[in-house]
Amino acid sequence: MWAFFHKLASPKHFYRITGSWIPWLWAVTLLFMIPGLYLGLWVAPPDYQQGDSFRIMYVHVPAAWMSLFIYVFMAVTGGIGLIWNMKMADIMAASSAPVGASFTFLALVTGAIWGKPMWGTWWVWDARLTSELILLFLYLGYIALHSAIDDPRTAARAAAILAIVGSVNIPIIHYSVEWWNTLHQGPTVTRLDKPAIHPSMLWPLLLMAGAFQVYFFTVLLMRARSELLWRERRARWVRELFGNSAGTTVSNTQSNSDKAVT
Amino acid sequence: MNWNQWLNMGGYGAYVWSAYGLTAIVLVWNWLSPLLRRREVMRKLKSWYRQEERLP
Repeated sequence: MWAFFHKLASPKHFYRITGSWIPWLWAVTLLFMIPGLYLGLWVAPPDYQQGDSFRIMYVHVPAAWMSLFIYVFMAVTGGIGLIWNMKMADIMAASSAPVGASFTFLALVTGAIWGKPMWGTWWVWDARLTSELILLFLYLGYIALHSAIDDPRTAARAAAILAIVGSVNIPIIHYSVEWWNTLHQGPTVTRLDKPAIHPSMLWPLLLMAGAFQVYFFTVLLMRARSELLWRERRARWVRELFGNSAGTTVSNTQSNSDKAVT
Repeated sequence: MNWNQWLNMGGYGAYVWSAYGLTAIVLVWNWLSPLLRRREVMRKLKSWYRQEERLP
């Protein structure tokens, strides 16, 4: 197990191993998402208070969960890169940032679309919404800082420190609905006692959450693989794959890339 | 339940479908942007290696 992770830390092995994973990850994403959408939009009954508008939950809640998960992932991988000076860890952290920012944006906007018919307003400056908006700014700040510094090692270090400092916002978002009196409803799923939601409404939520989770890792690997090629352009294995002296065209090497490195 | 009733979402159709439509856009963007980035990296790698060959 550890030997496997150790291998993944090497850009060359990472590139080779993960290349074959991506089609499978897409398949798993669809395996979760199609029944999730079917159950969520068709089978689950309308909510007795919110009518059919509650179906926005099946994209809003997974997006919000992912916005937190990806931030923690980014701070942890950034921290690993900071401590052990590991190139792959920084590539993972940097590649997860745009995905996390887009999920945070999605959580905010779908929340506004849900808030309008239920609360009568698109936006309120309450604790949950404001802390989630700060999360979006943290992601954008991370991306801006990482791209503003030319030296990749300095960029990785500075951005990782920003990510780690910003992670104080994560528990604030999570507990905001309990610590402050807010308009946002409290947790219905992650309660210590029984979840306050009927199984026919819970199943689509779990499936969509699973779909978003696998989807994140899929697009993360796609991003990370291109990123590491560029950073490793001086390494011999990248030269052998994509160098002009190899005499192969880009389209050829792209499809053969996984078999070519052994 | 017929299609029109389903699309109407009990009167919340505009809200529900715009939320799902936006989700679809974000998911497709996250899928396309690494593909475009890959093409860009391929192009950059090619010109980088070409430039390197020209140097002594």
